[in-house]
Amino acid sequence: MTERPSFRDELTRLESIVRQMEADELDLDKALELFEEGVRRLKAARELLSESDLKVKRVLEAADGTLRTRDLDR
Amino acid sequence: MDSLNLFPSEKASPASTDSAWSVLEVTMRAKQLVEGGLGTLWVRGEVTGFKKYPSGHWYFSLRDTQAQIKCMMWQTDNRRMKPPEEGTQVFVAARPTVWEEKGELRLTVKQLIPTKTGGTWQLKLDQARAALQKDGLLDPGRKRRLPAYPLRIAVVTSIEGAALQDIISVIGRRWPSVELLVVPTRVQGEEAEGDICAALALVNRVPDLDLVIVGRGGGSREDLWAFNTESVARAVAALGVPVISAVGHETDISLTDLVADLRAPTPSAAAEAAVPDREAVSGMVGELARRIAQGLTRRTSVIAERLDRAGDRLHGSVVSLSDRAGARVAQLAAQLDALSPLRVLQRGYAVARGDDGQVLTRRAQFPPGREFRLTVQDGDVRGAAK
Repeated sequence: MTERPSFRDELTRLESIVRQMEADELDLDKALELFEEGVRRLKAARELLSESDLKVKRVLEAADGTLRTRDLDR
Repeated sequence: MDSLNLFPSEKASPASTDSAWSVLEVTMRAKQLVEGGLGTLWVRGEVTGFKKYPSGHWYFSLRDTQAQIKCMMWQTDNRRMKPPEEGTQVFVAARPTVWEEKGELRLTVKQLIPTKTGGTWQLKLDQARAALQKDGLLDPGRKRRLPAYPLRIAVVTSIEGAALQDIISVIGRRWPSVELLVVPTRVQGEEAEGDICAALALVNRVPDLDLVIVGRGGGSREDLWAFNTESVARAVAALGVPVISAVGHETDISLTDLVADLRAPTPSAAAEAAVPDREAVSGMVGELARRIAQGLTRRTSVIAERLDRAGDRLHGSVVSLSDRAGARVAQLAAQLDALSPLRVLQRGYAVARGDDGQVLTRRAQFPPGREFRLTVQDGDVRGAAK
């Protein structure tokens, strides 16, 4: 089934980027690098937050015991 | 009275009138035998001849098709109860005794439950709860924390019920990026108990699951009963991921609720507890974006000074961006990307770096012969100072 990075991990990383960027000793190169990464992760977070179609599936068990899913008729 | 002995040998033989028992002796001995031999019992029967005395004590008989027995219930035991109606079937928790004054066998009732509203169910519930307690399944220390941002949630409920629709609607509104896997089961009737257990066992085989919601909407005590069975409670306790139980309305508390990691008063409330609120998280992400932009503004201030008015515009726009803290994350992220200093390169500026990658910003950093890399819009150019 689907593999996605956990949203909590994304937020934790973004918080760490903010802390590093707010520290005084950071040099510009590193700041640029962190900024680029931050923008990338913010975009990913925004994409997740903008998903609007809830996926609802029904779990079915085949005769041999394997599980599969099917979109639920709503 | 000191002659009273439960098994007095001198009175074992009925032959002699000399050793006749007093009435009191007989009733006292019968009382001791009955009380010592029977203890407290649950007795089932039909209420007949009910009378409430001014003292508040209740007197009545219990009967079935072949026998009856007198009962009394002290005011201290019945004061929170409504008197049973004539002819109702009840269970009583009672201590059989012998009332010496009338020579009657009777039950001293401590607890009375009409079979219609509780009865065997209440007994089964008490037994099931005791068994779960004994195995530590009701221990508050067992309760797990729910995941903050679940990706995949299983819902165990009836496919036809309003509960499922409520859950879909609430999660769809609050956090639609989740994947909801419905495992349908009957939730009432005789088959419900086995069905729910099978559904929960199946849930335990679903990979990458973050959370389970199990429950149903409101109904009568009979309708909700499956969620009060020991087997369903144990199946809930055996789930490998955190579980929210939501059975019936606010006032209904089931055994399933007690073993779950969280008890929600209704299916809608379970859905609310299962996922975060998108609006609140958007605000949080917006704040992170603002602080990242601010952090870069501070870093780039040196360059910004060296750049001309275009640089001032960059600085200004990042600052004005930070001021709009409440702006939507979507716009913010897009703008941040457009304002990236790397985009500035597209407008004709270049960044010089030494071999060690350090940004070269001052004349002193360019002694004659110093080699450097110039980063322009589409890549690097090597050069040397003259």
